[in-house]
Amino acid sequence: MRIGIPAETYAGEKRVATVPEIAEKLIKLGFSVAVESGAGDGANFSDDAYRTAGAQIVEGAARLWAQSDIVFKVTVPTRAEVELMPDGITLIGFIWPAQNTELMQQLAGKRATVLAIDALPRQLSRAQKMDALTSQAGVAGYRAVIEAANVFGRFFNGQITAAGKVPPAKVFIAGAGVAGLAAIGTAAGLGAIVRANDTRAEVADQVKSLGGDFVKVEYEEEGGGGGGYAKVMSEGFQLAQREMYARQAREVDIIITTALIPGRPAPRLITAEMVQSMRPGSVIVDMAAERGGNCELTEPGQVVVKHGVTIVGYTDLNSRLARQSSTLYATNLFRLTEELCKTKDGVIHVNMEDDAIRGLTVIKDGEITWPAPALKLPAAKPAIAKPVAAPASHGGGGAPAPAGKTAILFGAAALLFLLIGAFAPAAFLGHFTVFVLACFVGYMVVWNVTPALHTPLMSVTNAISSIIAIGALVQIAPPLVTGLDRPDGWILALAVGGVALTAVNMFGGFAVTRRMLAMFRK
Amino acid sequence: MSASLATVSYIGAIILFILSLGGLSNPESSRRGNLYGMIGMTIAVLATVFGPRVTAAALPWIVVAMVAGGSVGLYAARRVQMTQMPELVALMHSLVGLAAMLVGFANYIDPMAALNLSAAEKAIHEIEIYVGILIGAVTFAGSLIAFGKLSAKIGGKPLLLPGRHLMNLAGLLVVIAFGWQFMHAESVSAGMIALSVMTVIALLFGVHMVMAIGGADMPVVVSMLNSYSGWAAAATGFMLNNDLLIVVGALVGSSGAILSYIMCRAMNRNFISVIAGGFGTGAGKPAKKADGDAVPAGEVVPVSAIETAELLKDAKSVIIVPGYGMAVAQAQHTVNEITKLLRERGVNVRFGIHPVAGRMPGHMNVLLAEARVPYDIVMEMDELNADFPDTDVCMVIGANDIVNPAAQEDPDSPIAGMPVLEVWRAKTSIVMKRSMATGYAGVDNPLFYKENNRMLFGDAKKMLEEVLAALKA
Repeated sequence: MRIGIPAETYAGEKRVATVPEIAEKLIKLGFSVAVESGAGDGANFSDDAYRTAGAQIVEGAARLWAQSDIVFKVTVPTRAEVELMPDGITLIGFIWPAQNTELMQQLAGKRATVLAIDALPRQLSRAQKMDALTSQAGVAGYRAVIEAANVFGRFFNGQITAAGKVPPAKVFIAGAGVAGLAAIGTAAGLGAIVRANDTRAEVADQVKSLGGDFVKVEYEEEGGGGGGYAKVMSEGFQLAQREMYARQAREVDIIITTALIPGRPAPRLITAEMVQSMRPGSVIVDMAAERGGNCELTEPGQVVVKHGVTIVGYTDLNSRLARQSSTLYATNLFRLTEELCKTKDGVIHVNMEDDAIRGLTVIKDGEITWPAPALKLPAAKPAIAKPVAAPASHGGGGAPAPAGKTAILFGAAALLFLLIGAFAPAAFLGHFTVFVLACFVGYMVVWNVTPALHTPLMSVTNAISSIIAIGALVQIAPPLVTGLDRPDGWILALAVGGVALTAVNMFGGFAVTRRMLAMFRK
Repeated sequence: MSASLATVSYIGAIILFILSLGGLSNPESSRRGNLYGMIGMTIAVLATVFGPRVTAAALPWIVVAMVAGGSVGLYAARRVQMTQMPELVALMHSLVGLAAMLVGFANYIDPMAALNLSAAEKAIHEIEIYVGILIGAVTFAGSLIAFGKLSAKIGGKPLLLPGRHLMNLAGLLVVIAFGWQFMHAESVSAGMIALSVMTVIALLFGVHMVMAIGGADMPVVVSMLNSYSGWAAAATGFMLNNDLLIVVGALVGSSGAILSYIMCRAMNRNFISVIAGGFGTGAGKPAKKADGDAVPAGEVVPVSAIETAELLKDAKSVIIVPGYGMAVAQAQHTVNEITKLLRERGVNVRFGIHPVAGRMPGHMNVLLAEARVPYDIVMEMDELNADFPDTDVCMVIGANDIVNPAAQEDPDSPIAGMPVLEVWRAKTSIVMKRSMATGYAGVDNPLFYKENNRMLFGDAKKMLEEVLAALKA
């Protein structure tokens, strides 16, 4: 099938849905890839780079759409783009079906199959590799800090120089989702003192792990709304939260807000008074500007200075880091394509039985299938259906056995030990201990043997097993105990025979191992 | 030497043995590992000979036995061809088994061994003797048959008697019944009868077990017998209350068991099915022959040695996959000459070794090492499988099942799921074979019919010599 990559038409959008490196991988999966001429320009990927990767360059969006079986897009398709679509096409990209009901109808009218990357069931750990919301939010969070640093008049890190002492910048980050966490990491990396808050108390550890301090709201309420999003909080909580924000606003130099609640306007966290209370030269970066902003004074898409505070309301943070955003987005879509094309033959199969694919698919062959039924296991779930990769090497003792099998094994061993413990005399147990431990030592030591040396290993163990000679040696002529009728002749014959046989092994085994090992050379 | 000193020496020997096995983890340290083993053995033997349990009267006997056995061993070690290593190893396993049997019998007739033992201790002691001799006998007989098969003194085809599982089961029951009698024997001579009957059954069982296993399963058998020889030593240790024997036996036993496991995994078969013998269906028939429609489509394209040389000349990257056929034809030296020549011309030559290529674990590596192929270009299957698409020429020398694409492509194939070297992904593959005969598994190999495959028929050594001559020209 043919994958088409149109140039993004949305004003100011610089991202592209696939990059040359990924195009090459898609081709390896058996697809052909067509890219609209100039699609990668905004992200610094030239047509030639795509050509080198094996993709075809097509002039004009109309031709591209007409020739494609599958189209990868970044932003929500415009009305004009929908009109270009041939019937029965498969579209993969951001759709936001809840906000774009009209678009959904239009797409359904085209009998299209639409996979909305924003509708991915993010709870599935298997889905993480396809999670474009996360990858894009991470980029945006990084860029938000860079934008803040750009307009902030001081260093981020504290310094003591010959010219005097510079205090470190204090950064407050509202909302510790993916974007917030990326911002915390970036700001801490630049040397700032970072504080963060989130209505979901469970993210406190993540904040700390990135070098930030978690600031609690002094009010008891749990704010997890399922699927990793926050929910609307109660009046009392909001009051306590406002007080906390007001206090932070007076103390910090930079505020970065990332608070979003799905399907609703962004919550107003920073009031005009709070802005007024900030020191002149402070910066606010409002990452929720597109959805109305977390700050009252934000002007979406603009940088404004109010009360001496610079308020950055860019809505295109991802396009400001287009190359990185595109690469990550392209990888997300590639992972999705792999899931859709498990046979690697260049044909996709939208398997509605698969939880992740089911969640993504908002329109199937012209029929609206959004919203997907709720997943049975909304909470953190261990990796499901992860193919148990056969242990690639012999170095680690292999993959852990299935729990049931292990349990049976342990049970059997326990029973055996119980029997031995119940009936065996003490002298035997001493030897038994040694035996079991030696088996484990042997196991540990031999796992490390390289396969190339398996033959020498066998011949050396062979030589070592001639240790049986000890058994024969002590039988030949032990110090005698008087009064016993011992058939000395027989025992002597057997024992001497035993010594002779094992001597063959002892000398032969070591000698032949030596001979073999001498041959191994670099 | 006092008893304590002897014990301390034993501990030193144990440590040296563990270091010895650990040393084999890579070729650099392996020589030292072998040296550790020798020192350990010397310490153990000297500590025993000069210890409290051996009197001066024994010394002449010990010297004579050691010199006799040792000279045979050294002679064999010097003369053995590397292609005959599996036979030698199997033969040595049988010696360990036989020695364990002898020591067991001697211990049973020795009244000193059971002196001052309580009833429970005596019972355990007798079980130890019985089990020790049993394992020794199975090891001895099984190894002798394995030796026969490996040296082609006995045919390699599995011998499948009707009702063989029932026979084995009956044998086991008889062994247990006589074991009961043995435990309750009133005199040594009465117990001797039970012990002898058991020994005969164990020997027959050992013969029968290995007879039922085919040639290509030999890597599993050899490593299994390796394991048994260790368990035999451990059982002897229990019998003699000697921790040194127990530890060493357990080391060797678990080492052999791990090797068996690795071999079984490499064939995608479980241990039981290999031991149960035969190949393919439970009925024990050889895999069903192609049912007409199962004949792979396509054409077999033969090439000459000169064309092969041309292909090699133009290649930038070459992978050589050797199999048992290379060992049979003794072609490893010619392979090395070709490798050297190609490497001098800047061709990236590597070797891909399947874990069960040949007749014992690591067989191919030893042969290539003997031919002085540097070990750092000899790769394992997993290291190499991803590189085949970037390989210009892949030469398969006397291997069949380990490069059979049916293992991946045909779920109904008897070898389905077995990990194989993906030689068909190379730009060109050349298979050197004597004829179109099927491999051990009896399945046709679709590789031969692939578009990018060429067949070079003839004796591997002769053909490779012609290739070498053409390369030099």
